[in-house]
Amino acid sequence: MRTWWTLTRRELAGFFLSLTGYVIIAAAVLLMGGSFVVLITNLQREATPMPVTEMFYNTQFFWLILLLTTPVITMRLFALEKFTGTFETLMTTPVSDLQVVLAKFVAALVFYTVMWLPLLGCLFVVRYYTRDEWVFDPGVIASTYLGILLLGSLFISLGCCASALTRSQVIAAIISLVFGACVFMLAYVADQVPARGNWTGQVLACFGLFEQMHDFVRGVVDTRPVVLLGTLTLFFLFLTLRVVESRRWK
Amino acid sequence: MIEVANLTKRYAGHTAVSDISFTVGRGEIVGLLGPNGAGKSTTMRILSCYLAATSGTVRVAGLDVFAQSDEVRRRIGYMPENNPLHYDMRVREYLKFRARLKGLTRKRSRQRVDVVTEQCSLTEVSRRIIGQLSKGYRQRVGLADALVHEPELIILDEPTIGLDPNQIRSVRQLIKGLGGSHTVLISTHILPEAEMTCNRLMIMYEGKILKADTPENLQRLMSSNSQIVAEIAAPPEDLQECWAQMAEIEQFDVSAAEGDYYRCALTPRDGLDLRPHIFALARDRGWLLRELTRNRHSLEDIYVRVTRPDEEEEG
Repeated sequence: MRTWWTLTRRELAGFFLSLTGYVIIAAAVLLMGGSFVVLITNLQREATPMPVTEMFYNTQFFWLILLLTTPVITMRLFALEKFTGTFETLMTTPVSDLQVVLAKFVAALVFYTVMWLPLLGCLFVVRYYTRDEWVFDPGVIASTYLGILLLGSLFISLGCCASALTRSQVIAAIISLVFGACVFMLAYVADQVPARGNWTGQVLACFGLFEQMHDFVRGVVDTRPVVLLGTLTLFFLFLTLRVVESRRWK
Repeated sequence: MIEVANLTKRYAGHTAVSDISFTVGRGEIVGLLGPNGAGKSTTMRILSCYLAATSGTVRVAGLDVFAQSDEVRRRIGYMPENNPLHYDMRVREYLKFRARLKGLTRKRSRQRVDVVTEQCSLTEVSRRIIGQLSKGYRQRVGLADALVHEPELIILDEPTIGLDPNQIRSVRQLIKGLGGSHTVLISTHILPEAEMTCNRLMIMYEGKILKADTPENLQRLMSSNSQIVAEIAAPPEDLQECWAQMAEIEQFDVSAAEGDYYRCALTPRDGLDLRPHIFALARDRGWLLRELTRNRHSLEDIYVRVTRPDEEEEG
């Protein structure tokens, strides 16, 4: 636990000591700002009973931020260490592979959460100008962040796995972008296929991430997506662990 | 301290280390010598638990490196080739981080970091960022990292590569000082370094250990065919006649040198030292003698001979 914490702190410091971390946050804030420009333009056109978080989700910028930032956050985790050789010094200390994988994953997830904090600022701006108290409903905001965190952990675990596969950060980013795009496509197909039908339709419906995230931003926390995203994250972390261990039996 | 038995490591397509066995005792400084690609780094990586062997057993302090990897890693200080470091961290911060990873408590890690910064002369740069340090300092940071948890066994892969002569000397002295209290295994392809620092040498080539002995013994092994070189001003016919008559000389070669001098390369039988004899001869005959040396085979020759038998024959 102590070793894990030391490692996690080091990984987090790695994000904030390099320029990359700030560039990622800046890019995410720019995209969030863009989405709120669209949102406010829509609001001026007509009033709506939707929560602001739902309106934000409807601008589609959410997926763009998720798909673009997670590969950039995760690409350095293993690939950079393998490239510079520090992975060797790390793995020859008495740390377990599991500790390393979890430390890197948790650090990336914490950074990802920090990256999403400016969203609160945007919500506050809307609250300030609309003078509507319901904009800042803590329950809805909490469930929105839960959705962001769960989807983020899935995409970050995908990215971890991609980064562990290679020594090149660029290749790691491309692999995780492709993985991410596949998950996105699957969600898109699931959205288009009617849920009632044969068994393929029913299985696909489970991966309807669009609808699931839509629930989160409306303040609805359904256990099914929580379990689904949690298990998928664990599965990809398990794969990452196997990839890290593979150096011993290759 | 180290027991390696029938160690083999195969990568897809080629064998990096093939069936090597050796032991290293406590407190020894052992050098692994060999050209690039001889399997030195692979052997060290297996010893430090980074890679697993294809077959064979490796024990460090009686513990198996595969089955008891955690315990073994606690006992090893390893500095890989090219000395990878986190360039964005400060020296002290980095050493503390490494000490904590190696399981030292907060208080203990602070104490040990103080000791190793002192030991590796890093005190004046301890607050600087590693990326801004010179190569010599970085190398010492790597060494300090290998020493920080007081390991029983220290494994250094090419510790002096890319350093200037002064830095090499200081690193070498540091390594020498570690012997006795620690067991040290270093790899290098720089011979004088191995000769000066190690108690024992193992010459590796193409995944095999070709020779393992003390530097002195390895030299003695070769001294049987040492050569004596004498530059003498005398008629070449006289010289040739004289050498041909001497029973102690197995082979000789006379060639013209600068001025009136002739260079005689003499191979004595059984490695005898003929120098006093030759000096007396020159005095008696009234020859002028301006050079008289005995070429001992340096480790370099041994190395070249052992690692490249084919080329030696061609030459």
